[in-house]
Amino acid sequence: MDMLNALVQGILLGGVFALFASGLSIMFGVMRIVNLAHGDLAVLAAFMAVVALTYTPLPFWALVVIAPIFGLIGYVMQRVLITPSLNAGPLATLVATFGLSIVIQNALIEGFSADVRSLDAGGLATASISLGGGIDLPLIGILGLGTAIAVIGGMQIFLSRSRTGRMMRAASDDVDTAALTGANARHIYAVATAIAFATLALAGILFGTRSSFSPTAGTLTLIFAFEAVVIGGLGSLWGTLLGGLVLGLTQSLVAYFDPAAAILAGHLIFLAVLAFRPQGLIPARSI
Amino acid sequence: MAIDTIDTVPAQPTITVRRSAAGTRVGTAVAMLIIGTLAFLPFIVYQSATSVLVQLFVLVVLASMWNLLAGFGGLVSIGQQAYIGVGAYTVVALDNQGMSPFLAIIFAVVTAALLSIPTSFLAFRLKGDYFAVGTWVIAEVYRLVVIRFDSVGGGDGKSLSGLAGIDPTMRAAVVYWTALGLAVVTVLGCFLLLRGRVGLALTAIRDDEVAARSGGVDATRVKRIVYLISAAGCGAAGAVLAIDAVRVQPDAIFSVQWSAYMIVIVIIGGIGYLEGPILGAVVFFALQQFLADLGTWYLMVLGLLAVFFAIVIPRGLWGLIAHRTRFRIFPTSYHLEYDEGRAP
Repeated sequence: MDMLNALVQGILLGGVFALFASGLSIMFGVMRIVNLAHGDLAVLAAFMAVVALTYTPLPFWALVVIAPIFGLIGYVMQRVLITPSLNAGPLATLVATFGLSIVIQNALIEGFSADVRSLDAGGLATASISLGGGIDLPLIGILGLGTAIAVIGGMQIFLSRSRTGRMMRAASDDVDTAALTGANARHIYAVATAIAFATLALAGILFGTRSSFSPTAGTLTLIFAFEAVVIGGLGSLWGTLLGGLVLGLTQSLVAYFDPAAAILAGHLIFLAVLAFRPQGLIPARSI
Repeated sequence: MAIDTIDTVPAQPTITVRRSAAGTRVGTAVAMLIIGTLAFLPFIVYQSATSVLVQLFVLVVLASMWNLLAGFGGLVSIGQQAYIGVGAYTVVALDNQGMSPFLAIIFAVVTAALLSIPTSFLAFRLKGDYFAVGTWVIAEVYRLVVIRFDSVGGGDGKSLSGLAGIDPTMRAAVVYWTALGLAVVTVLGCFLLLRGRVGLALTAIRDDEVAARSGGVDATRVKRIVYLISAAGCGAAGAVLAIDAVRVQPDAIFSVQWSAYMIVIVIIGGIGYLEGPILGAVVFFALQQFLADLGTWYLMVLGLLAVFFAIVIPRGLWGLIAHRTRFRIFPTSYHLEYDEGRAP
């Protein structure tokens, strides 16, 4: 039964990975760039949540407002940092976001020390639904997986139905031609980054309630998100969800036998996908 | 450096294609003078000064290797710490077997180069930014695998035993010369590589990969060669770091911080110029000496410098010099020269 429990926990963990990864996936899908500060920004969101819960009387669910705040930060960040670096050369976005990652990580260490923190979700942290047979579904885990599915489904509808979404797909295929037909590339790019930032903030907060985190946790977070994207298949949002689940399941099941090998096992699954199925589990041509 | 002069139009010797540029002769003379002086330092100054310079030489090696990879090969890696770690741990493993750590440097280079070949087949599946993160994951895999071996100290790391019998002053001097020699060999090696066939292929790929391929350049093979050389150089640097510290600690030697240093140095100095990593390493080193006491603030300054240079001065400090003048210490490209008064 413990094994079955590990399976369930793995799926729930995978939901949070998928949520982390969906932002990475959308930014790469639209702009062909990886934001190396992705994980550090998620950790920043978790620290903001810690501050909000410690110094204000706000209830846990009010933390949802951090998502639109991050969306706004993302929009501005795109206009002042990422678009200028996109114009500066092919390496510039990578170097600039790597620099940003170093700045955020060290600023968090300076402000909060390198200690491990956790988010107090109150009753939500311990609440669970018992399925009988010793299997408990923690409510926070279901919330994570549910959010991931909702975000990815919502993004899919946004991309296929809305005008901005269509423009985004057009810009993903060929930004110059899209601009000719009236797409405002700078705005579209900024909207994509805003969506990515909002989702990573949600992911960071949910991750913070599941496990403790330190200012340097962003590194591994970025790597897990990246692995989920590659395992699932570049440019496929549902693939990203599947990739997150595969990664979560792998880590959880291996941890059941040897906790020290869990992260390595996740990396090895990633390498195996690269070696034998480089197009990912659900390949797609564009976002 | 050798100076090539090729007459393109034999009948009218007024236009010549030259490789050597202003600064090549002077630069070469000054460089040799500096290297000669540096080689004599252990006889003149205290050990504390030379041991600090070892760090600078290692940074020059690492940055040159990253520059070769990213600036010339177009392969932006955040995972070269994999080979720094492999090099260091090769020294630890051979030291366990009783081999002299200095001799083990050669094996460190070979091990890093050999491991880079299968690794490249996995990493090259990813392109652009995803290649960068992919190499980072691979470096993590190397670290996680290494710490599972208790014979090399597991997660705690291990000290080298083979250096115990050597006089500390002598040891410091040999480490210093090794690091200096490695830096000179690395920079010179990059120079010769880029002047040759591989350099020509890399330039063609950089300008237009599709055109280069259709012109018969095996782009993937050339990139793999560059990746292998870069791994070998980083392996050597890792071996020197292990000997210098007499100890290897897995989290430190496999740290992504090495990649951060390489990137910041090359971006400040000037990516795509052989002179860039040297200039960048000197600037970075000076910053480190003055600001390292500030701890996290120092690292934040480095991060901001990376952002600033990437967006505002993407060609770096040497790029500013090279763009305005024809001053080159390591000329790898050709330019036209006209006789005075007859310039068209």
